[in-house]
Amino acid sequence: MFKRREFLKAAGAGLMLTVLPNLSWALAPAGYKRLLVLVELKGGNDGLNTVVPYGSADYYRLRPGIAVAREQVLRINGDIGLHPSLAPLMPLWQDKQLALLQGVGYPDPNLSHFRSIEIWDTASASQQYLSEGWLTRLFHEQPTPKNFAADGVVLSSQVLGPLDGGARAVVLSNPQDFARQAKLVADQPPGHAGSALEHILKVEGDIRQAAASLAPLPRTAPSEAPTAGPKPKGGFGVAVRTLTDTLARGVDIAVARITLTGFDTHGNQQPTQGRLLAELADGLAQLRSEMTRLGRWDDTLALTYAEFGRRPRENGNRGTDHGTANVHFALGGRVNGGLYGQTPQLAGVSEGNLPHAIDFRQVYATAIDGWWGKDSRNVLGGRFATLPLLRT
Amino acid sequence: MIKRILLASALLGLPLCSLAGIGADGARHLLTRTGFGANPAQIEGLAPLSREAAVDKILAGARTQAATPPPGWANEPFERPGQPGLTEEQKKALQQERNQHVVELRSWWLAEMRDTPSPLTEKMTLFWHNHFVSALDKVRSPQMMYQQNLLLRHYALGDFGQLLHAVARDPAMMRYLDTANNRKDQPNENFAREVMELFTLGEGHYSEQDIREAARAFTGWGLDRDDQFIVRPRLRDAGEKVIFGQRGDFNGDDVIDLLLQQPSTAVFVTNKLWRNFVSPTPDAATVNKLAADFRRSHYQLKPLMRALLLTPQFWRSQGQLVKSPVELTIGTLVTFDLNPPDWRVIAGLNRQLGQDVFAPPNVKGWPGGEAWINSSTLLTRKQFLDRIARDAAPARDAYAQADGSLNEMAGREARIRRFVGNRLNSMKLQPDEWAAVYGVRTAADAARLLLAVPPANPLPPNASGAKAIAQLLLDPAYQVE
Repeated sequence: MFKRREFLKAAGAGLMLTVLPNLSWALAPAGYKRLLVLVELKGGNDGLNTVVPYGSADYYRLRPGIAVAREQVLRINGDIGLHPSLAPLMPLWQDKQLALLQGVGYPDPNLSHFRSIEIWDTASASQQYLSEGWLTRLFHEQPTPKNFAADGVVLSSQVLGPLDGGARAVVLSNPQDFARQAKLVADQPPGHAGSALEHILKVEGDIRQAAASLAPLPRTAPSEAPTAGPKPKGGFGVAVRTLTDTLARGVDIAVARITLTGFDTHGNQQPTQGRLLAELADGLAQLRSEMTRLGRWDDTLALTYAEFGRRPRENGNRGTDHGTANVHFALGGRVNGGLYGQTPQLAGVSEGNLPHAIDFRQVYATAIDGWWGKDSRNVLGGRFATLPLLRT
Repeated sequence: MIKRILLASALLGLPLCSLAGIGADGARHLLTRTGFGANPAQIEGLAPLSREAAVDKILAGARTQAATPPPGWANEPFERPGQPGLTEEQKKALQQERNQHVVELRSWWLAEMRDTPSPLTEKMTLFWHNHFVSALDKVRSPQMMYQQNLLLRHYALGDFGQLLHAVARDPAMMRYLDTANNRKDQPNENFAREVMELFTLGEGHYSEQDIREAARAFTGWGLDRDDQFIVRPRLRDAGEKVIFGQRGDFNGDDVIDLLLQQPSTAVFVTNKLWRNFVSPTPDAATVNKLAADFRRSHYQLKPLMRALLLTPQFWRSQGQLVKSPVELTIGTLVTFDLNPPDWRVIAGLNRQLGQDVFAPPNVKGWPGGEAWINSSTLLTRKQFLDRIARDAAPARDAYAQADGSLNEMAGREARIRRFVGNRLNSMKLQPDEWAAVYGVRTAADAARLLLAVPPANPLPPNASGAKAIAQLLLDPAYQVE
């Protein structure tokens, strides 16, 4: 069998392109063949201690108890640097495959965990209530190909988030178990009225379709065993591994969402956040190496998000209370690394919150229009300017 | 237990659906909604009653204490998570002991849900656990969670205002929402925010300013060295606060009284009870009327629940709720008189299904409804039910006669012998015995006893009640109530 890498070499040399039109998959994939990985930082990660404005005296004034010490910051320029736990992301930064989106938010922010994540998941305006996730709306309007195992998979969470409200979504813990258990779903359940039962019948349908694709494949060679590489640390790494193992089977999905929980740090924030950021950075670096091994890193765009950021000023318990604009990461083989948005302006801040520089719907528009080449206007309820963070 | 069986046997001659009263369908509906599952004997007990009489009977039996004895450590002083000067080995031993206590705590509550003479009390306690959420990962003390569980049960059908005041001073809650660390000059807003958003008013009925001022009012509240509630006047902000437009040097209790004065509190709680006990789509006009009465009664929960359970909408709502994991697992045990040999199995299963008691995912609790069912949890549910049904296969047809009917007398005698011999401590379903004792002769009988709505997959023609059970357990309709 023709190895993908060899084929790419051949294609690069200008051979065979006209002879083998059916092998268009080997060209740069477009549309939903490109993978979007959403990483949810649940609880509202504190952005100021993630991308640290260490050059600002105001930062140290506002955070006498929990600021990251100047000498520990992994410097990016004279003003900002990364939290020391994010060291595994530095190679990505140096390779210009990591973009830092500073000041991501939206007008009239809501500081409730639950309402705010609903806004992020549905891409609604602050005062608008939508029942479907933004990806669900996209896939309803511009569907994924029928042969896709599912629109998306959800890992490390039972909540579907942006895939809520009717997308073909599968919660994935372990592909082998999934395929085995799926036999318990009856073959042809008849249609049925009543919404609770209808929902259950719909999930049974999703399971049947996904199971057909996720069924264990015979391994052709040991080198193609999906679980090569060291055992990942922590739940986030395991979820990344589950995802890449699934993709290694040749399963088609458009999106994966992985949740990393525990960022609701009202008290004694430092050790908790340090541990979580390390887990995040290790997992993202692992995503890069495994997707590179699968030859799909150039077709992968990973974006982090959270319901909100934290307030610039620390509270009395060495923690932070709910705030607004936050920093987020975009990474992938085609990402134009660098800084986007605006570094937090802390001068004069006492109790207040930070204004946003990037609307979160611009990030979604970038994924829909720029990454997948679909149209985001109806999905996002208007035209949002994309960010120049993708290379073509 | 024996008495229940014999009583049911005595009633065998009666048709399942009697002419007067709520009938078997109504009884099954009322029992599953106010408790966990519905045993045919329980159904027989309520079927002849009117709606009022049946609801009153359930409310009259409501208890305020658990019947299951708690684990031995439960009433010892609170464990201290961070004692200084411990060696690594001592810390490890302490952690192991605490983990063991967590296991015993879960097992105790699940056993109480299975065995209680007052299922509504446990259903309400679970409801309040999911309303006034605290979770072990942050509270860290099983004793504190146990004490909170007693508190929630004590007020489960009592006075909501008293419950709210008690919860605000509850050590587990104070630790979970950081009230224990709230002092003048540097207020922590966590409790102030959640008490408004999730416990009383609901979103849109307060401002960020109200939260900041309420946080100031809760300053000075804390826990003493024994983790008991204490007010520390020197840490208290004694300045004037403005909350909901009212001015004063309010303290924490004043804030709670202000919250109880807001009309949206009664509406918010009533809506949530509706979604939990009736359907996902509360009827606004009915809810507003119930909430107004609730507020006028100074937040008495028993009359509110009585009125809610007597709405016509309640009696039309079969199949509109998705069974929660606890309703599915405990309900199945109750329905078939099963007892797990080890409650840890059921606790682990509930965790996999997304409802680990004493560990809700966050302060908003389990979202519930359709969110209980996704590809992963649905498969795990079916696996559990499949195992029970498969275990049952050898016991099925044990009392089948040549013409396909059941030797009911033999099946009944066998079941009673097993009860007397106290060998029913297993998760093995005995369909023939169960069907014989409860007079479940046809597949249609079984479907009416086990499902809130007709099965999604057609029943095999002429199947006996015992034979239909395995298929009915795996039918999608078994997932709703």
